[in-house]
Amino acid sequence: MTQYLIRRLLIAVPSLLGISVILFTVLALAPGDPFEELATNPAVPPEVRMQLRASLGLDDPIHVRYIAWLTAMLRGEWGFSFISRIDVDRLILQRLPTTLLVIGSSQVVALMIALPVGVLAATRPYSLFDKIANTLAFLGFSLPTFFTGLLFILFFSIYLDWLPFVYRSQIDATGWRWVWEHIRQAIMPVMVLGLFQGAAWTRFVRSAVLDVIRLDYVTTARAKGLEERVVINRHVVRNALIPVVTLVALQMPTVFGGAIVTEQIFRVPGIGSLLISAILANDTPVIMAVTFVFSCLVIFFNLLADILYGWLDPRISYS
Amino acid sequence: MAGSTLASATASAPAAPAQRPLVSPWGEAWRRFRKHRLAVVSLVVLTVIILAVLLGPLVWTVPIDEINFRARLQGPSLAHPLGTDDLGQDLLARMLYGGRISLAVGFAAMLVAVVVGTLVGSVAGISRGATDAVLMWLTDLFLSLPSLPLLLLVIYLFREPLRAIVGPEVGIFILIVAVIGGFNWMPVARLVRAQFFSLREKEFVEAARALGASTPRLVWRHILPNALGPVIVAATIDVAAAIIAESTLSFLGLGFPPDIPTWGRILFDAKDNLDYAPHWALFPGGAIFLTVLTINFVGDGLRDALDPRRVV
Repeated sequence: MTQYLIRRLLIAVPSLLGISVILFTVLALAPGDPFEELATNPAVPPEVRMQLRASLGLDDPIHVRYIAWLTAMLRGEWGFSFISRIDVDRLILQRLPTTLLVIGSSQVVALMIALPVGVLAATRPYSLFDKIANTLAFLGFSLPTFFTGLLFILFFSIYLDWLPFVYRSQIDATGWRWVWEHIRQAIMPVMVLGLFQGAAWTRFVRSAVLDVIRLDYVTTARAKGLEERVVINRHVVRNALIPVVTLVALQMPTVFGGAIVTEQIFRVPGIGSLLISAILANDTPVIMAVTFVFSCLVIFFNLLADILYGWLDPRISYS
Repeated sequence: MAGSTLASATASAPAAPAQRPLVSPWGEAWRRFRKHRLAVVSLVVLTVIILAVLLGPLVWTVPIDEINFRARLQGPSLAHPLGTDDLGQDLLARMLYGGRISLAVGFAAMLVAVVVGTLVGSVAGISRGATDAVLMWLTDLFLSLPSLPLLLLVIYLFREPLRAIVGPEVGIFILIVAVIGGFNWMPVARLVRAQFFSLREKEFVEAARALGASTPRLVWRHILPNALGPVIVAATIDVAAAIIAESTLSFLGLGFPPDIPTWGRILFDAKDNLDYAPHWALFPGGAIFLTVLTINFVGDGLRDALDPRRVV
């Protein structure tokens, strides 16, 4: 198991390097000069500007600059936010838990919708339930998250006035009330993301279960006289989940995209809304760092999926 | 290949059963497509949307930027069938105009994705070995990139320079289409590669090769046309994905500038007035939803029609 983990981790390293190359290339290819302001400033003579450029290594060949940038990133020197006036890594660490909490709970919600509905729909293919579930799933993943978010605000916050639509990180209450307030303000962002993912996953689960349920070993399990519940839960679902895990891992970039949008709509103080505000304020160090963190998160979840895959499918050897 | 040649060159071919009229492959596909009722309904609705967006501005000639402060934030009425926004601009006219942009971005980005994906997939599928391995590693790498943050990053870095070169509208259009297409080609590449792997071992390809066809000719005349079905399905879904991506960018305020009212941009402007003027957000949001939904259903129907192996 440890060996398997180490091997998966080693496979993740080239992907991370590849992503860092892409990020750096985008940044290097982008027109625009960090010294533009100095260039237009008549008080700074051109020779000084040249010297400054050379001393900061801006005239070095691109691979030298890349290596310098990468070692700085690895050492945790992520730069300094132009706007917030604090170190980028501290800024991100402040915001990251909220994002992970919202994404994590929405994935749980999605799983709690997709698993039962998908399995139930697949065990009764083409029944009324299946048709309704299928249609709803189609509606669900055709509804973009930004529109569902607005609809939720319109209905639950403005029309019914049940839930707050602005996420506050500081709540002046204590004890259970504090917990309840936090849950209340998280319901809408979590549900928006969870329903969207749940709709997509329901279709994955349904088709995976349909593929498995016709296999001979399921008939055998039934013929042995096992209860239908046991057949489905222990024999069908476990095997059906193997392709689902792969598909879910492939969906991760979409999940993070959805998270950015939801954070922006509900003003959740996570790294997604940090990215948007940084872009609007031209805060390049923050933009680069947040994009890199998102990439790392995607790779981390892919890694997690690989490990799950190994656990679900005993045919994959750990050695 | 034993058994596939006739016993003698003069043996008469078996008489073709003449009862059923010949059905072309496309006729067969259309027959299967028609069976998917929702897909047919969606095709009709989608055609109506496209026609409305194309011809609508010719019929509804209210200018999109006529400011009228006496008609601010009005709900639907006869003068303004979809109401007005905070500057009193007519929403129907803006949505018809914006729909053109949204749909154009969707189709153009799909084309970029399909061309790049087919190219990468065919090269990987026909060359095997190291080229295949490198291209697939690249595909997997792109699949694990968080596309939205990178979209935002690229647009942030390249928006101003491109605007300076080719003007604000064209610049942002090219940028958005290229970037959305550039992050959507991976599924197509994988599909095409998988198709190539099975098709290139088929007898008809072998026969063509035996007759001396060059590799480009094999790919272009024999393999690609047979790999087309799943690609068309994926292309349809890509249009929907591109429309959502463009709307998302515009909704975040980082897509088209305010004077180009794409559906996402209208939503962005509307979101702070939800309590006074819900219609302002509901109509463009509904338009995006309806377009994406119908495209997805058409894609589902096309899958039944063109990709028979994947029918459950």
